[in-house]
Amino acid sequence: MKYLDEIKQSALIALWFLFLTFPIMVVRVNTIEHTVQWRWLNMLYIGAGSFLLSFLWRQLMIQRLSGSKKTSVVSIRIGNLIKGIGHNRWATRFCLLFAILTVVVFPFLFSSYQINIVTNALLYVVLGLGLNIVVGLAGLLNLGYVAFYAVGAYSYALLNYHYGINFWTALPIGALLAALFGILLAFPVLRLRGDYLAIVTLGFGEIIRLILENCNTFTFGPSGIAHIPRPGFFGIPMDLAKASIYVYYIMIILCLITIFVVGRLRNSRIGRAWIALREDEIACQAMGIDKTKTKLTAFALGATWAGMAGVIFAAKTTFINPASFTFLESAMILSIVVLGGMGSTIGVILAAFLLILLPEYFRTFTEYRMLLFGMTMVLMMLFRPEGIIANIRQRYEFLGNGQESAKQSYTGIRTS
Amino acid sequence: MNSILQVNQLTMDFGGIRAVDRMDLSIGQGEIVALIGPNGAGKTTLFNCITGFYRPTSGTILLNTQRDSNKMIVGLKINRITELGMARTFQNIRLFPYMTVLENVMIGRHCRTKAGILGAILRDSKTIKEENDTVTVSYHVLKRIGLEEYANQLACNLPYGAQRRLEIARAMATKPRMLLLDEPAAGMNPQETKDLENLLLRIRNEDNISILLIEHDMKLIMSLSERVVVMDYGKKIADGTPSEIRKNPQVIKAYLGETY
Repeated sequence: MKYLDEIKQSALIALWFLFLTFPIMVVRVNTIEHTVQWRWLNMLYIGAGSFLLSFLWRQLMIQRLSGSKKTSVVSIRIGNLIKGIGHNRWATRFCLLFAILTVVVFPFLFSSYQINIVTNALLYVVLGLGLNIVVGLAGLLNLGYVAFYAVGAYSYALLNYHYGINFWTALPIGALLAALFGILLAFPVLRLRGDYLAIVTLGFGEIIRLILENCNTFTFGPSGIAHIPRPGFFGIPMDLAKASIYVYYIMIILCLITIFVVGRLRNSRIGRAWIALREDEIACQAMGIDKTKTKLTAFALGATWAGMAGVIFAAKTTFINPASFTFLESAMILSIVVLGGMGSTIGVILAAFLLILLPEYFRTFTEYRMLLFGMTMVLMMLFRPEGIIANIRQRYEFLGNGQESAKQSYTGIRTS
Repeated sequence: MNSILQVNQLTMDFGGIRAVDRMDLSIGQGEIVALIGPNGAGKTTLFNCITGFYRPTSGTILLNTQRDSNKMIVGLKINRITELGMARTFQNIRLFPYMTVLENVMIGRHCRTKAGILGAILRDSKTIKEENDTVTVSYHVLKRIGLEEYANQLACNLPYGAQRRLEIARAMATKPRMLLLDEPAAGMNPQETKDLENLLLRIRNEDNISILLIEHDMKLIMSLSERVVVMDYGKKIADGTPSEIRKNPQVIKAYLGETY
């Protein structure tokens, strides 16, 4: 029996876990009544749980090692389904119509709590897509992305506080300022790669946060800025519920613009240069690509979206302080990009929704949130390192009679 | 024959080591020149100096460009030198592994196209036309090199010989006046080497592109190149036709040692 060995191994691991968790899960010292509680039932749960998990894990690893692609059958099937829908014009139209209808009707069917968390998820979609330019396409690991988010949020808050500038004017200004900071960060890191780049960007993120925290006269320090006005709609006053619906629609529009622009950039001359930079910096230069310019545009364009998201964030919450822009946020956005699939738009959107909405809906498991999060990351990196949806390269089809004519036509139809 | 590349007294020091020592080199228009020498002779260093990867300690490099017949290219950025008409390949293949074969070649068109950020977002008629041209030209380059069947495959999935050829295709897409090939036949079987030879000859004959190549395959060098330059310890020790080089006692000494 080949399972016997596996069972033995799993049992050993379960035993080890029992030993490890014994002090925290079984023994409870009641300091008030000076008694010790023995929760033997917990021991049973842990034993059974760790045994099952390790057994499952081993089976998965065996499958993986033996090279059988059983696990990916599902994903292939989903891929085929998507492809099938993509080829059928009516199916595409139906899906599109359904999606549009859902998006439009959504705020009228659900409570404002639901609207708020979805708006929040949409913010992360924009942030993820923005960071995707820098990390996914250009391959520049940026751990301080939240700094640009903060720049956007604070530029609206401060401009409004000091000069009374309204939301719609602040939106492009915030984007521009963030882009400027992107370039500012890009200059010192032009020569850096990989780990070094990651450390410097991490430092940059912390610098911005510390400035916000300590520059009391300018940024009001840790107490933050309150009473930031919500976005206006031709001066029509709105109550809280209506305002959140309004912000939701603004976010939807910004998301669509982001998806559109990032998609176009990706399949352009500049997008290709970014990808080439990610693939091989030296060859990229030898092919006549200006490394400096390409890196600067990647940082600037990536930061722009964070700036816009920041402005909307400030307008949505009406209060900001440096605590919203910690390293954890950067890590979160980076996880969205990595989990979703570097360079893949749909993957990043999906990951943003999963990572932001799931913790909201599973509030009962709040204590285990980080544990589950970590576990998901480990499992993803082991079984699907390319992300939920891997980036697909554009394919070209060549029409024409194969003769050497300069007018040979082609279509840019993506066939996969 | 007017020269396309003129290297004068080029010296490259790394700390206390002189990798290239007062090297002179002149390549004529449409000439195929082979650069040979024992390992560590400074061949690749010379390449890196010419293509702008290293900034030489002293000496000049003049390139005959479209505008200026004696353009000084020392100190220019790598991409600028490529733009001026110098394309290279690498000793260890440096493709963009997760881009398609066609996209690899399209990257070569980068310096010959102009579309900016706004063009990419708005996709105006000019950008679309440029993009179409990029695809068409790249496809033609692939066809010339004989790789069109792989166009939509990822570069990393190509067989070794095809990867080497793709590097040449990519370099050709930059519309160079001169090609620098660093060991293009390394790891190729005799048939592939023969194909490579024909390909290089065709490129030269059709486009009048000068080729400077580093190679260790003597058979290829003897049949392909019109002139051979031999380096040893950073110095040029011989320069002549293949048959002259074959008989040169200094070259024999450098390759086989004193006692022979």
